[in-house]
Order: sequence, then C-alpha cells, then structure tokens
Amino acid sequence: MKTVKFGVVVFPGTNCDRDTSWVIQSVCKSEVRYVWHTETDISDLDVVILAGGFSYGDYLRSGAIAHYSPVMKAVKEHADRGKLVLGICNGFQILVESHLLKGAFLHNKTQHFLCQKQYLKVATTDSPFTMKYARDEVIQIPIAHGEGNYYLPQADLDEALTYDLIAFQYCDKQGVVNEETNPNGSTASIAGILNRQKNVLGMMPHPERSSEVEMGSTDGKKIFEGILQWIQSV
Amino acid sequence: MKVKIEVFLRGDVFDPQGKAILNAVHHLGYEKTTSVQVGKVFLLDIEGDRSTVEKQAKEIADKLLANPVIENFTVTVL
Amino acid sequence: MDREAAIKRSNLSEAELQLIEKYLGRSPTVEEIGMFGALWSEHCGYKNTKPLIKKLPTKGKHLLQGPGENAGVIKVGEYAVAFKIESHNHPSAVEPYQGAATGVGGILRDVFAMGARPIAVLDSLRFGKVDSPRTRYLASGVIKGISDYGNRVGIPTVGGEVVFEDSYEENPLVNVMCVGIAKPEHIIKAVAKGEGNLLFYYGSKTGRDGLGGATFASAELSSEGEDQRPSVQVGDAFTEKLILEATLELIEKNLVIGIQDMGAAGLTSSSVEMAARGKSGIEIDIDKVPARASNMTAYEFLLSESQERMLACIEPSKLPEVEKIMQKWELDYAVIGKVTSTERVVVYEKGKVVADIPIRYLVDDVPTYIREVKKPSYLDEVRSLPSLHLPHDMTPLLKDLLKHPSIASKRWVYKRYDHMVQTNLLAEPMEAGGAMLRLKGTTIGLAMSTDGNGRYTYLDPYVGGMQAVAEATRNISCMGAEPYGITNCLNFGNPEKSHVYYQIAKAMEGMGKACEVLEVPVTGGNASLYNETDGEAILPTLIVGVVGAIEDYKKAVFSPFKAPGHTIYLLGKPREGLGGSMALKLLTGKIAGECPFLDIEEEKRLQKCIRELIAKELVISCQDVSDGGLAVALSECALMGGVGVRVETEGDISPEAFFFGESQSRLVISTLPQYEDTIKNICEHYDIPLTRLGTTTSDNTIHLTYGKRTISLSVQEARELYMTEYL
Repeated sequence: MKTVKFGVVVFPGTNCDRDTSWVIQSVCKSEVRYVWHTETDISDLDVVILAGGFSYGDYLRSGAIAHYSPVMKAVKEHADRGKLVLGICNGFQILVESHLLKGAFLHNKTQHFLCQKQYLKVATTDSPFTMKYARDEVIQIPIAHGEGNYYLPQADLDEALTYDLIAFQYCDKQGVVNEETNPNGSTASIAGILNRQKNVLGMMPHPERSSEVEMGSTDGKKIFEGILQWIQSV
Repeated sequence: MKVKIEVFLRGDVFDPQGKAILNAVHHLGYEKTTSVQVGKVFLLDIEGDRSTVEKQAKEIADKLLANPVIENFTVTVL
Repeated sequence: MDREAAIKRSNLSEAELQLIEKYLGRSPTVEEIGMFGALWSEHCGYKNTKPLIKKLPTKGKHLLQGPGENAGVIKVGEYAVAFKIESHNHPSAVEPYQGAATGVGGILRDVFAMGARPIAVLDSLRFGKVDSPRTRYLASGVIKGISDYGNRVGIPTVGGEVVFEDSYEENPLVNVMCVGIAKPEHIIKAVAKGEGNLLFYYGSKTGRDGLGGATFASAELSSEGEDQRPSVQVGDAFTEKLILEATLELIEKNLVIGIQDMGAAGLTSSSVEMAARGKSGIEIDIDKVPARASNMTAYEFLLSESQERMLACIEPSKLPEVEKIMQKWELDYAVIGKVTSTERVVVYEKGKVVADIPIRYLVDDVPTYIREVKKPSYLDEVRSLPSLHLPHDMTPLLKDLLKHPSIASKRWVYKRYDHMVQTNLLAEPMEAGGAMLRLKGTTIGLAMSTDGNGRYTYLDPYVGGMQAVAEATRNISCMGAEPYGITNCLNFGNPEKSHVYYQIAKAMEGMGKACEVLEVPVTGGNASLYNETDGEAILPTLIVGVVGAIEDYKKAVFSPFKAPGHTIYLLGKPREGLGGSMALKLLTGKIAGECPFLDIEEEKRLQKCIRELIAKELVISCQDVSDGGLAVALSECALMGGVGVRVETEGDISPEAFFFGESQSRLVISTLPQYEDTIKNICEHYDIPLTRLGTTTSDNTIHLTYGKRTISLSVQEARELYMTEYL
C-alpha cells in the first residue's frame, strides 16, 4: 500500500499543529512532518493541512497576514496539481484569504469566541474528505473560534449548491439546519466547503479534536480515513 | 447629526496589533513604513445642536467607547 | 524621575529608607530607590507573609521542586509537572481586559521558563453583585481578556471558579493557575551563575508599561487616586506564543543555564533573583536593553513591566545558536550584561554606574514584619445566626440556588475559552469539580482544581484555610486522583490592620495543617494583599490550586448520573447547621453562623476511601457536596446526566441542614446495586458513614424526600435554571 505523507503547516501563532499531527501519526498511523511557513518546496507531500490557531496573532483579519507567507505559494501549486489541501479553522480562514476558497469571515454573530461540541450534517459525500460518511449523516465535531461567521455572496452560494461543494452544515442533534442551530451566523449554515475541483476543503470544526474515544467523539477521524483511502485508491 | 469618534491606544501604551501588522508590512517590502497604529472608528447619529452633540459624543466616548486608562479618542462632528 | 517622586512611588517607609542608607553606607540613587521599592514590596519580598510561609509543609514524596523557583514541580509517572497560581487583582480592577490577559501571560511564562510546556490554565475569579454595571464591566473584560490571551497562545482553560459576592464589587480577584509538563531532565531553574556568562534578553521590547506595578499591586486602591495608576501593561499573546516555543527550544537544545520571566518589577527582579539563586553578581548595561519608546531612563528600564520579556543566562559559546533560534521566531533580543563573582548588582547607563547594591540586601535582608495575631471581635459577632424564616416547601429555595450565579453552570464563561485545544481534557469543565487531562502516550490522568471560600474564611480563618485545601484535594479525589501537591494564592486586605493580619495568619495556619494531614506539600504561592477600596477589605480569600494523578485515566469518574436504576449513596456524615451556607446568604443576605464543620482527619479518610472505591471500579459517578449543600449536589448530578433522581431518607438533623447545610467531607456517588456490600465494607474500613439515599430514575424528576419534607422539580426545569447565562 502506498504510504501517504501529510504535512502540517506551522505559521507563527499556529497552535493546533501538534494535535493534528498526533492524530495523523498515533491514530491514523500515517507519516507526517511539520512544514515551516518559510518553506518553498513541499513536493514530498501528498496532503497539506493548514492547522488551527491564530497565525500572526490574527490581529488584522484572521488569515490575512499568513496569506503572504512564502509557504502559501507552494500550497497553491500543490493544490493546482490536484493534490489535497485541508484547512481547519484558522487554516480555513487562510485558504479564504489566499483565494483557494471563496467567501470571507466575519465575527461570530454572538460577538464572542465560542468553543463547544457541535453537530454537523454531512452535505456531500462526493469528495476525498467526506467519502467515508453517509449523506445527511449527523456527526459531532467541536468548534472553537471567534471569527467563524462564513460569508458567501449569493453567486458563489449558487455555484456551491450547483456543484455540490458544501461539505458540512451546522445543525442540532436531529440534523435540523436553521438559524437557531447555526452557532455563528454563517451563510447557509456552512461549516465546511470545497473548491470546484474538490481537492481543497476548508472547515471551521476541528476533526483532530474528535478522532479518539477519549475526546468523546470519533466522528472526525473519517475525514483523515477518507483522505488515506482516496490517495491509496488513485 | 453624524459624529465620528476615533479611538486609539495612548502613545505610551503598547499596541501589539500595530506591531504585528507593521512586521507584515515590512515583510511585503515596504521598509519605509515606520509605524502602524490600530484603532476603532465609531459613527453615531445624535440629535441636537452642534455644541450639545459634541459634548454628548465626548461623554459617550469617555464613558463607554474608550477606556481613558489606555486609550485616547477624537470626536469629529461631520 | 526626581528623588521625591521615586521615594513616593517606591512605597518604602521612612524606616525602610533609613535601613537602606545604613546598608549602603550612603544615600541611595534614584535607581536604587526604585529597585529596593520593587524587591521589598509584598509582591516580591513577602515582607508581611514570609514568617508565616516558613511554617508551611514543603516536603512530599512526589516533589521535585518546592517553593523558591518560578513554579513548583512534582513527578508524575515519567513526567515532571510544573504549576503555580498568581493573582492579577489590582491590574484587573483598573483595566479588566488587559489586567486579566497579562495575568494569564505572566503565569504561563513562569511555567515555561522552567522548561515545561503549559497544558492547562484554571482561573479563580471573584466579582461583586452580578447585576451591577461595575461587575458587568469587570467580568466581561476579564473573561474576554483570559479568552483572547489563552486561546491565542493555545493553552486550554480547563477549570476554575467564578463567585459573585458583594465584597469584591470594587476589588475583583483574578487568580490564574497554569500547569505544564516536561521531561524531568529538561526542568531548569531561574539561576544566573558562572563568571563571564551572558545575560541574554529576548521577547518584546521595553516600554514604559506598568512602571511601578509591583509596588502598585501592594498598595490599596483608592477610588480617587487616579494618579497612582501606572501605565497599564498590554499583553501580546502572539509574541507570548513565539517566546514559549523559542524558550522550549532553547531548553531542549541545552543552550541555557537559567531563565526567568521579567514579571513584576521587570528587569530588576528577574536579574537580581537569578543572581541571588546562583550566589553570583551581575552587571547590566542598560543602554543595551531593546527599547520601544525613546529617551527612556535607567530607572524606567529597570522597573518597566512591559510584557512578554525573558531573561536567560547563557555561556558565550552558545550565543550564535541562541541567536539563530531568536531569528527563527522573529523575536527581539540582546546581550545586556554578564555574570560576575561580586554578589553585587551593578547597573551602567552610558558608562556610568547608576546602581551598585550587594544582592543580599535586596533579596535576603528584606525587612519582615511579624505582627501580633489577635482575635478580632467581629468573629464573635458573626457567630449568631440571624433570624430565619424557612418556608415549608423548600423547592423554591433549591431553584434559587440552582440559578445563583455562583452555583449555576459556568458554561457561559468556559465556552468562550478554548478548553479543548491540545486534546487532553477528558470531561467538560462543568462535569467535574476539577479537570482531568490525559498525558498523551501514557495511561496517566492528570487532575487539577482550584478552590477557596471567602465566606468560610471570613467566619473562621483557620477552618477556612483548611477547607480550601480539603475542597481542592477532594475535588480531584472525587475523580479518583491522588493529590500530589498544592500551590496557593493569598488574597487579603491590608495586613497592617489587626483583623486582616489575623485572617492571613490563621488561614495560612489552617492551610498548613490541612496539607500536613493530607500529606500534600505546598510547592509555592503568591500573596496579593491590600485588596481594599476606601478602607473596606474583601472577604479573606485563600485560593488553593492542587495537582494530582490517577494511574489509569479510563477509571476516572465524573459528576453526572449515567443511567436510571443506579443506587445513590451519601459518603460522610450529615451535620446540623446552615452556618456560612449559600442558602443562609440567600435567605438573609448575611454571611453568619458557625463555619461549616470540618474534621481534617475525617476528610483524609474520606478521600482515601473514595479513591479506593474508584480504583476498584465500584463507582459510576461522584460529586462532592459544597456550595448549596446536598440538594444542589444531587440536582447537579441529575441535570447534567439527564437522569431523574428519587431520594427517600430520614435522620436526626433538621431538613434545612440536610438539604442545604454545607458541612464538609461529604460525597454523592451512584453505583450498581450489586456493589452494595463491597462498598459498605470499604467505607467501614475507613470509618466513613454510608447512607443509602435512593436511586436514579427514568421519570425525569428530581424528587428528594427527607422525613416529612419533599422537594420536587423536573430535571428539565432544574437544567434550565442551572444553565442561566449571566453575560
């Protein structure tokens, strides 16, 4: 079987790099290395993960400064070649600021940082990241963010719906998606979204925090398993 | 009447946001930029004559929008 | 800075100034006045509490590092665990957001300066009336400050307490505890030694922030004394994260001899304390210190409390490698001096000596004040219970308690903190009295808690001091963990006042006694005195932070009832009285009566008993009885688990004492019916009374009957009350 090599990008201020790497290494038993933000050659990697945290303190807009890091050029090339990119939380914000994904981020509708267990509905299974789920399956993956209110203009939302790009939506235990079950005010309750080629996924919830029994949910693990299976079957 | 209130950290107070953004500006090659200050702008609509509006705006800024311990504000009646 | 202003800012008394002149044999310079003022403040010098601290037990089998360093260290499995608690009360009263944020920053630095990676933060917060504008301002600022700072650095805030009591209205308490882990060989000390070695500064540049902060922290607040305020320190969590990583890299690569955070009294205290520990001298070239502002004076450099700055002692040969790490993390740095063998601190400004002091005068010869411990008269006055009208149906009282801001769930607070980052926390913060974290790659669960009760300590300082230790350790024993060590934070009023000094002395004596009996050493602590506004002191508040461990975290239990059909027991003896209770406060508005009963030997047996029951996997859930009494404890277990509870019992104490009394050393457990005999035997062995209270049910009601009195409400209603959000 092909060994799959993950890279977890570390910007100054990234703080979920170790958690993400732990899950890949100790839970998924895969190979992983850290990628420093000044690196320009990441051609050894099959998958790039932009982990959560506060790159450069996120003192401007979240992800805005990280966009200009040398490594992001390499990440774009990696994505252009059809290889997989996963942005989690701050990683999602960086992907948006870098135009690898559409939209923008606003402060949560409550104006507070929010960390809690969160139910999500799997909106598509047609991607390497979500292929191990069932469509409309309700899963639990925690969120932890202050600027997670994902804004997507109507035209881009239409495109996302047409091409089945919405990966996850916020919901309650019963799978109800509406304003009440939307924790941060995101457009169409979007918690995760794919690019047109479906090789780039950005998501606010933290799958690395729900990949072990100890953490109260193993629902996030299927994202990593999907990635592995997809690469190994290509 | 429209009033603009700008709030900035006092000069002697450390501005971490400004510092981080200044570094990023330097990384982009704009070495001649020597300082970035991050502040907040508030636009208020207040009814009344000019001097009362200005006085009230100052009170609002002093009591609520700015913390005089660390911040200065300026009030501009537009 | 002119001389008069320097003297005023130093808070040194006339007698202390004379002592300094005598020590030096000359009149001190402005810089020297500033340095003495800082190091002789209570915050650094413990001049009021040192004689009391000396009496605390500081030895234990798990101890690697006792008091005197940046943090205490215990051994847990193959790991060294460093932890410490510190207050940031005065800064938070002036600017709550920055005060709390920099409080978190400071304690994190204390822990990672020892070589330990911070894995958890717990905050013990006290505010005034929950609905006052002042409290809203302070609480929202403090919570946001902790949230923004801790979240950015990526250290989970996993526990703590939030209490609302009138006496904290003007003077809130913000105590922050940090816990970090390291390999034992990577633990380093805050020491400067080896003649010719370099003093290496790194982190943020130095500005005029918080000038005089250490002396400010040791003086009373005045609602008019605006000009007393030092320039507020501003935290930069992003830089903190960078110096955290850089510091751990320096230590892992064995590039440093010692490191200390520039905390209170900044460069002065860090350099002098490091030299004192190494029995060395130091020379500082003040012009080398990276400056943020222009035209700063030596006085300002020496006493600035700009945040996110570290001081390391390194060998000259290691300098190039150290600089490389600084460049990697984009930190400011400079060599600002060197180690000498003179045992003096000498400071140069533009080639001129501006301070030259034998270090022992600053550190060892701090004047200490031993005051008379005289029982204040208020203690007798508060003993008598106020007249009390108790309604026949106590259900409304339980409802009021469940939604009381000091008792109700703090989910509205902790959901603003990233409590999950680092993926170690094993139960949500409200689901246990303390926090349980796994140590990745081992089976060990690391348990921690902070506790302290101002009401009890006010009514009986000695018992209150014992109780803080008892409750903190009980909270982790309830999860199955054995306490390994404690740290503490003394939050009191002005020690020059007789009744306040009595409170301090007795509370510390009680704490020491409890530690001795429970066999947990004191590994360090912090004193915040002068918590007064316009002459009114806060409730005496001794906060204890504890850390302990369970060998197999899979055996750990938490508070929520798990399923219907389980048997519920009370471990420990129900006792008469409502003294000091939340119920009494709610009904009469008074803190009065006898302090809740506590026999520390009984407490010890209880904790051993519950740990054995959990180790033998005989317990499904466990919760201690604390604020609000047994009725609140039972309701909490039910509403968190979404399981009903039916209690039917009787006894010889009054129903109000049974339901709402707060006598100590009691636990509620749920278990399977077939374990009854085994549990009975173990409780008998430890001489712990066991009362069968009832069972968990599937009917979604909390139904508590004691003799002829019944309290009844639905689990759903209890949950809604308990989940009340206050801000």
